[in-house]
Amino acid sequence: MVKEIERAGIPVVHVATVVPISMTVGANRIVPAIAIPYPLGDPDLGKKEEKKLRRDIVEKALDALQTDIDEQTVFSVNEE
Amino acid sequence: MSNKLKIVHYLNQFFGQIGGEDKADIPPRKEDGPIGPGTALNNSLGEDAEIVNTIICGDTFFNENLEESKSEIKEMLKEINPDLLIAGPAFNAGRYGVACGTVAEIAKTELGIDVVSGIYPENPGYEMFKQYAYFVETPDSAAGMRSALPDMIKIVKSYIAKNGELGSPEEEGYMSRGVRKNIFAEERGAARAIKMLVKKLDGKEFETEYPMPVFDRVDPVDPISNMTETKVALVTSGGIVPKGNPDHIESSSASKYGEYSLEGVMDLDEASYETAHGGYDPVCANKDSDRVLPVDVIRDLEKEGVIGEFHNKFYTTVGNGTSVANAKAYAQEIAENLLADGVQAVILTST
Repeated sequence: MVKEIERAGIPVVHVATVVPISMTVGANRIVPAIAIPYPLGDPDLGKKEEKKLRRDIVEKALDALQTDIDEQTVFSVNEE
Repeated sequence: MSNKLKIVHYLNQFFGQIGGEDKADIPPRKEDGPIGPGTALNNSLGEDAEIVNTIICGDTFFNENLEESKSEIKEMLKEINPDLLIAGPAFNAGRYGVACGTVAEIAKTELGIDVVSGIYPENPGYEMFKQYAYFVETPDSAAGMRSALPDMIKIVKSYIAKNGELGSPEEEGYMSRGVRKNIFAEERGAARAIKMLVKKLDGKEFETEYPMPVFDRVDPVDPISNMTETKVALVTSGGIVPKGNPDHIESSSASKYGEYSLEGVMDLDEASYETAHGGYDPVCANKDSDRVLPVDVIRDLEKEGVIGEFHNKFYTTVGNGTSVANAKAYAQEIAENLLADGVQAVILTST
């Protein structure tokens, strides 16, 4: 899906838990997510912390959308 | 072959001269003799072959009622019992290409009937069904009928002359079926490999005996330069839907995607949203769907001016067991809609 959106000329970032699948399907900008049942959350955290975690991922996704790349690139939140 | 080769021709509603999109929902029907492009095919084949019947089905009907169409067409083919099936040409018509390919698959695998067809190489029908038919390469639109028909006729004539034992794609002029065949070569493998190597070292053209698969990749689109003026949309394969799943998106092998308004929605709460996805434990996503589709955070970022605008619709499907071809088709439609709505960047979330 991500590839078809990109093919249409819209920059797209794939927030996905299983990065190898994202690589295989051909996403170019990839942000690893937390877990399959809650890619952008964590039920073990408090509400506020959980939203902060989600915001970090979304902000990383926005960073990825603003980054010039020429090959498939993984943008990790915790690598900063 | 001593007798005339008995051919059935498969066409869609348009080439079958029934009508355009308004007739795309007609179920399979069987007609006598050739119709439309079949007439030209039949005339060129002369005394060697004859199109005895034409099977016509609406493209939408075929794709929306796949199993029904397949079984009906299979019964028709069984009854006619042809020596060869010609399908299309489908050019770059996606639904038609998939229909031609599907009919080819039934004919070849279930009834042992060889198939000649014509298709544009990027039509998903080629990639999906290439092993079931001798597909000649056609231009992308029906304007290419004039070159497509002679190419298809050439294959059929060769098929007749060689008693159904067609040679390689290069020899005959069809596109690769991705099928490996054992052949007797005059030289042993080592000698052939060395010859290729020498040619390569000399910078000359050489022909590989085992082409590597081509991976379909899309080059990255240029990045967003000013996020504060950018309209961002959310898309997910995680199956987030309004509570009750109004469009009944299937929990696996989704046959559709959903488009839902986010007008005035600041946060996805338990009372209004849930997931339709059957491939993961839904408890966390049902409790708070922002965990899959981060509407709350994006609303905040919109309010703070980090992004220009949050698109007021989201698109969703269930990625669980959904075929690549379907996902691709949904995404193409979604992308068209996003472009039409002026969306400039997409965050796609997957579980």
